[in-house]
Amino acid sequence: MAPEMSLISTVQAHLPVLPVVTALVAAPLAMLVRRPAMAWLVATAAAVLLLIFSLMLLPATAAGPLSYAVGGWQPPYGIELRVDRLTVIVLLLISVVAVAAMPYARASALVEIAEDKQHLFYSCLLLCLTGLVGMTVTGDAFNVFVFLEISSLSTYALIGMGRQRRALMAAYRYLILGTLGGTFFLIGIGLLYAMTGTLNMADMAMRLEPVRDSRTVLAATAFITVGLGLKLALFPLHAWLPNAYSYAPSAVTVLIAGCATKVAIYLSLRMHYNVLGVDFTGEGMQLAPMLAIFGLVGLIVCSLVALFENNVKRLLAYSSVAQIGYIVLAISLASNTGLTAGIVHLLNHAVVKAGLFMAVGAMVWRCGSDDLQVLAGIGKRMPITSAAFVVGGLALIGVPLTAGFITKWYLVTAAIEQQAWLLVVAILAASIIALGYIGKIIEVAYFRPSPVGAPVGEASPLMLLSMWSLVLMSVALGVWADGTVTLAGQAADVLLGARR
Amino acid sequence: MIMLAAVCTPLLAALLVALSGRWPNVRDGFSVLMGLLLWPQVAMLVYMVLAGDTPELSLVKMLPGVDLAFSLEPLGAVFACVATLLWPIATLYSVGYMRGNNEPRQTQFYVCFAIAISATLGIAFSANLLTLFVFYEALTFSTYPLVTHKGDEASRQAGRKYLGILVGTSVCLLLAGILWTHQLAGSGDFTKGGLLPKDLSKAVVGILLALYAFGIGKAALMPFHGWLPAAMVAPTPVSALLHAVAVVKAGVFTVIKVVVYIFGIDLLAGNGGGNWLIYVAGTTTMIASLTALQQDNLKRRLAFSTIGQLAYVVLAVSIFTPAATLGATLHIAGHAFGKITLFFAAGAIYTSAHLTLVSQLDGVGRRMPITLLAFGLGSLSMIGLPPTAGFLSKFYIVMAAAEAEAWFALIALAVSTVLNAAYFLPIVYRAFAKPAPVDARYGEAPWQSVLALSLTAMLTFAMFIQPGPLVDLVRMLIEGL
Repeated sequence: MAPEMSLISTVQAHLPVLPVVTALVAAPLAMLVRRPAMAWLVATAAAVLLLIFSLMLLPATAAGPLSYAVGGWQPPYGIELRVDRLTVIVLLLISVVAVAAMPYARASALVEIAEDKQHLFYSCLLLCLTGLVGMTVTGDAFNVFVFLEISSLSTYALIGMGRQRRALMAAYRYLILGTLGGTFFLIGIGLLYAMTGTLNMADMAMRLEPVRDSRTVLAATAFITVGLGLKLALFPLHAWLPNAYSYAPSAVTVLIAGCATKVAIYLSLRMHYNVLGVDFTGEGMQLAPMLAIFGLVGLIVCSLVALFENNVKRLLAYSSVAQIGYIVLAISLASNTGLTAGIVHLLNHAVVKAGLFMAVGAMVWRCGSDDLQVLAGIGKRMPITSAAFVVGGLALIGVPLTAGFITKWYLVTAAIEQQAWLLVVAILAASIIALGYIGKIIEVAYFRPSPVGAPVGEASPLMLLSMWSLVLMSVALGVWADGTVTLAGQAADVLLGARR
Repeated sequence: MIMLAAVCTPLLAALLVALSGRWPNVRDGFSVLMGLLLWPQVAMLVYMVLAGDTPELSLVKMLPGVDLAFSLEPLGAVFACVATLLWPIATLYSVGYMRGNNEPRQTQFYVCFAIAISATLGIAFSANLLTLFVFYEALTFSTYPLVTHKGDEASRQAGRKYLGILVGTSVCLLLAGILWTHQLAGSGDFTKGGLLPKDLSKAVVGILLALYAFGIGKAALMPFHGWLPAAMVAPTPVSALLHAVAVVKAGVFTVIKVVVYIFGIDLLAGNGGGNWLIYVAGTTTMIASLTALQQDNLKRRLAFSTIGQLAYVVLAVSIFTPAATLGATLHIAGHAFGKITLFFAAGAIYTSAHLTLVSQLDGVGRRMPITLLAFGLGSLSMIGLPPTAGFLSKFYIVMAAAEAEAWFALIALAVSTVLNAAYFLPIVYRAFAKPAPVDARYGEAPWQSVLALSLTAMLTFAMFIQPGPLVDLVRMLIEGL
């Protein structure tokens, strides 16, 4: 009994670092085993472990944040990992999407990636997860940059693996803009380091207190905001996103649409609220109205672009930019309700959009093209996949009993609280536009006759398993939302608490 | 628990229908049987309400502080009663209609139909605004496949209009109103005497009432009525039960519910911020009646008649007195029986004679006497003449309007009554008095359809001679006010 106890207590003691270590160790392992099936198994095992650790962190952070000194070097000198309620939510988001995406990745890799490259594909996928998880748990500003680059570099490689040659162009474009974003972020951190002499985020926040209004800190804020804005695809810095999403292998699209932008948003929340302590309501830098305007314009403009887009993957990509607009709007409201809405939507949208990209990926794979017209009659040809798309689409629109409705409920409540009537109108109008573009696909799928000789047949069972698990989860998140909303509320407290 | 069972019974029916799709007789048998099984359940619930109980049930803790919950009060009981009573009859009718017309995808049709009934009951039972909204939207989405059943370009366009207007109004206006209510009152529970604080300003009351009145697009108040004529592309059983009873009544039911339990009649009567509603409703009823007069397509004429009749309910409730609320609630039932009969008749004429236009109906009455007699009775109910249910409810509304000295309401009622007579009676006259074309070779519709429309016609008559229990139920509603 003793050894088991000691294993559990060791795990407990190192819990904050384990998610990163798992993914980091699994990445070279997947490369070394070479056989695609084995590499996939390694990746899946890592994802499942990731989920288990995230779930274990959930009760562990109930009392307060966990701090972990990497290598025993005490903060602020060593690297500190810091896990609080917000961190746990993002960890859960990443691991849930990763676990759900693994069966799908297997099925999609079989057809989209050359066999001798599949182990590299899984390895990159794991590296990308390492970066995402690392950015989430770390409490060290420079460490954030390191993990940001790990995830970005692996993402460039992953996007480049797409079947079409345009994937290379998309990857290159993302590389340029992503590097720009990363560099801006680094410059910002450098400026902050110059002012405070520390890289530990909590320490930095404390030392920034007296110099908050200095020009250097303001410049750092600007660099960090724009750098992260590029990473999270804040309108109008979203130019890389539609191509990257449409040309990447479909499993990669699922992962980056689900997680990558969400983690960037998480970083932005963390930096702005907890480190920079930007006074969103006060005089200083008018960040809140600026974010509100970009969020609002992005929401409406990109929804409209999606409405007139005829390429289904790009349509969903623009819808993603619009949905990011929702989250940015929520952040800009800077109230507990607003942040709750934003954080809930982080989770909800990750699940919903990953599920939708899976369904569309399977349709595109079956039809061989991502043009909307080719999907005519797909409702009869792939009934199970199409049904998943319909349910996911309803969740995206925000129909009651789906995840999207919960977000809308809190977002509108937050806007009403601050009597921001224009926002109320915009948020509700945008969900009607979403009805338009989802309805457009559904009409083609169910009401147009299939072209003669069109390919018939369901997606592979692995794909169906993946997409339905996410789709059902998006319904569950909409029905039993009490838990997620409470959790998000606690996370919002973490963000606002630092400023009180 | 009975409420949960009642909501689940149609869902179970949907499941059984889906599973037995290959054997049409078994499938249709399940549909009717489950409908009949629903009767005792709802009857028991109504009995409990009549005994003074308020059955309550919390389904799931959906958001912090807001449950998905049921709570049945007299108004909901009336609505649930009407919908439940008519569901198996409409199913019976559907069997005749769908087979008579060789409609495709009948399994899908019955599945969606059953889900829509389940959503309707959910609306009737809802204990708070969130629950109501959940089922309200479920009703919209479950009826969309029914509206677009034909699958051609016309029905796709109609479907777009249907979803666009109903979801558009409910999301942009109703949801905003619900959330604002939560903000003002701290919850969305339906509360006797009204939930909102009594010290609201006139402007707030006016705007909030507008969000509700127009946001509840199912009540088809002008200018958000366009979805109803569009929905007439659906097979006639859908138009009959859903777009004359369940869906539209869900709309006016919600309006009454919000006025009575969210605002409270006293607040609205005293505040004055909601006085505009009576003019919108009155204007809607008159314009709708005028438009109906010009329609040659029988179903479209009936649709505009429905818009006018729904506006009666809103008109009555916007007088803001208990007596008028009683009239409004009675009219939910009063209009339902008559209008479903009319649609059944229209569908029967289409099934056996393939006629859709009023101008083609010469002599139909001689070949389909039962159908057209029922149609005549339904017409009387629409106009509000004895011996029909429509007379009863209209009588209560007119008395309440006179008592409250709501002159505009009285004028609107009078004008539309005359117009009702002008667009219904010529049909009956034409059908019986004019000779049929010599080549007419048709008789009554399939027996299921004829039986169904005879039953609803009898219900229209029965509510006139035996209104006791219904009126008792509605009196309980206004006693608490």
